[in-house]
Amino acid sequence: MPASATSENPPNPAMQPGKPRSYLYFRHTLPVRILHWINVLSLTVLLMSGLMIFNAHPALNWGKSSYNGKPPVLEITTREFGGGKQIGVLSVLGHEVETTGWLGLSKRSDGSLSAVAFPPWMTIPGNYSLAEGRSWHFFFAWLLVLNGIAYVLYGFFSRHLQRDLLPTRLDWRSVGKSIRDHIRFKHPQGDEAKRYNVLQKLAYLAVIFGLLPIIILAGWAMSPWLNSLWPGWVDLFGGRQSARTVHFIVAWLLVGFVAIHVFEVIVSGLWNHLRSMITGRYRIQEPVTPAAKETGHA
Amino acid sequence: MRRQLGVSPQALAKRRFLTRLLAGSSAAVLAGCDRLANTAWFPGVLSAGETLSKNVHHALGGRVSMAQEFKPEDMSPSFRGNGNTDPDSADYKAMAANNFGDWKLVVDGLVEQPASLSLAQLKAMPSRTQITRHDCVEGWSAIGKWTGVPLAAIMAQVKPKTNARFVVFHCADNFGEGKDATPYYESIDMDDANHPQTILAYGLNDQTLPVTNGAPLRLRVERQLGYKQAKYVMRLELVESFAAIGDGNGGYWEDQGYQWYAGI
Repeated sequence: MPASATSENPPNPAMQPGKPRSYLYFRHTLPVRILHWINVLSLTVLLMSGLMIFNAHPALNWGKSSYNGKPPVLEITTREFGGGKQIGVLSVLGHEVETTGWLGLSKRSDGSLSAVAFPPWMTIPGNYSLAEGRSWHFFFAWLLVLNGIAYVLYGFFSRHLQRDLLPTRLDWRSVGKSIRDHIRFKHPQGDEAKRYNVLQKLAYLAVIFGLLPIIILAGWAMSPWLNSLWPGWVDLFGGRQSARTVHFIVAWLLVGFVAIHVFEVIVSGLWNHLRSMITGRYRIQEPVTPAAKETGHA
Repeated sequence: MRRQLGVSPQALAKRRFLTRLLAGSSAAVLAGCDRLANTAWFPGVLSAGETLSKNVHHALGGRVSMAQEFKPEDMSPSFRGNGNTDPDSADYKAMAANNFGDWKLVVDGLVEQPASLSLAQLKAMPSRTQITRHDCVEGWSAIGKWTGVPLAAIMAQVKPKTNARFVVFHCADNFGEGKDATPYYESIDMDDANHPQTILAYGLNDQTLPVTNGAPLRLRVERQLGYKQAKYVMRLELVESFAAIGDGNGGYWEDQGYQWYAGI
């Protein structure tokens, strides 16, 4: 993201011709770097404390209430058999699969069995405590919301959003090429690497203006007090329990985004990306071209 | 970026390091969180979330933002009873056996005119019926039709003193047994006490309120979660501070670590 269009370290003309040349390019401004790492922290705590809260009632319904005559759309249960035998079961839209070891029944770090939906190693706190899970969740929910507001304001007024994230007409025409490049793990080099590619732009925009606002709204929709601010607004989700289901699904879509994001970071140069998100500086490799070899152009 | 066609030993070492980093980080996050939660200061930092929610919600909702009311077809087929569903004290069992004929609601504390009201007297007062959604802190909800006397009408009768800030609900049910038995109680502020939808309900779904759901009288405070909706209410005490009641946090579940502000 060329927040400032200047590169602090221009290519070194003294470098030997024929060797790929590289230089550090200032890619991420300080506010973007700070806001990014606050996101990492708050999304991690929100996911893990959210799974703790889910464990208090590990079932998702569709509708205005949980007791509306319809079975849950998703449920994680611990099923008991005679002789103290237990198994974990995940049920989605009536289809059941045994999930012992993962969901419904898992092992604590000391080896003892834990009959909760999501295993203790995935939840904050690690022992079952709805009260503590809620404290963690609401503190970091505020952090995420305030961080998001700061990001949108900064992004708009610094023109980071318009300049770096809004797809250009050229971007739209290169969607097909960008998909092919991603599949072949072909990563942009040289000047191309100074900008986000179109799939990257669309993914970031979908998260910033799609998934995050939806998950925040769905979270608010579960608050009885916020329900009262404009009676009936929660029905936009299909009711409060639908909002809870949407909140859960979007949480996992965000996990999916993070997984792809981290994967792309790793395959396109983990240390370079980590450095640029910490110091702001990203190493650009000039592609080796015959012309560059001959002239050693600077 | 450089394309890697073969994998060098350095890259393999890096990958091993990364795998260990990822595996270790979940455990490290958890250990760190648990250690923070056990310090004296960190839970106070986390509780800033509750304070912020309460203040922002009150600023947005004011005193009288109204909870959604539903149509009869939205009602849950049966209303789930949760927590205590059959108080085990001998006194309560005797009252229930007598259909609460001798039961009286005591209203005292910081009021000009303390009162003691029978069920018949409460039913003779103005009533309100509302179909609302009950949101449990656990995450489930149920929709029911409540009939009762607006708490505001009782407040008007007993005339709270100017320094009364909270209404405390003392209940007949206990959590725990024997020496560990702890009576249930809850508290709300005067804005919620005077809210039009705050009622002391004696009816559920056009029937007399069953024991499972809090007979003879339970609180409905519709902008907050289920644990605020005190069941088996015996006494209302108006106070300036609830610091001297229970463990001082304003309610049984609050004393177990739950937030006093239950609007979220």
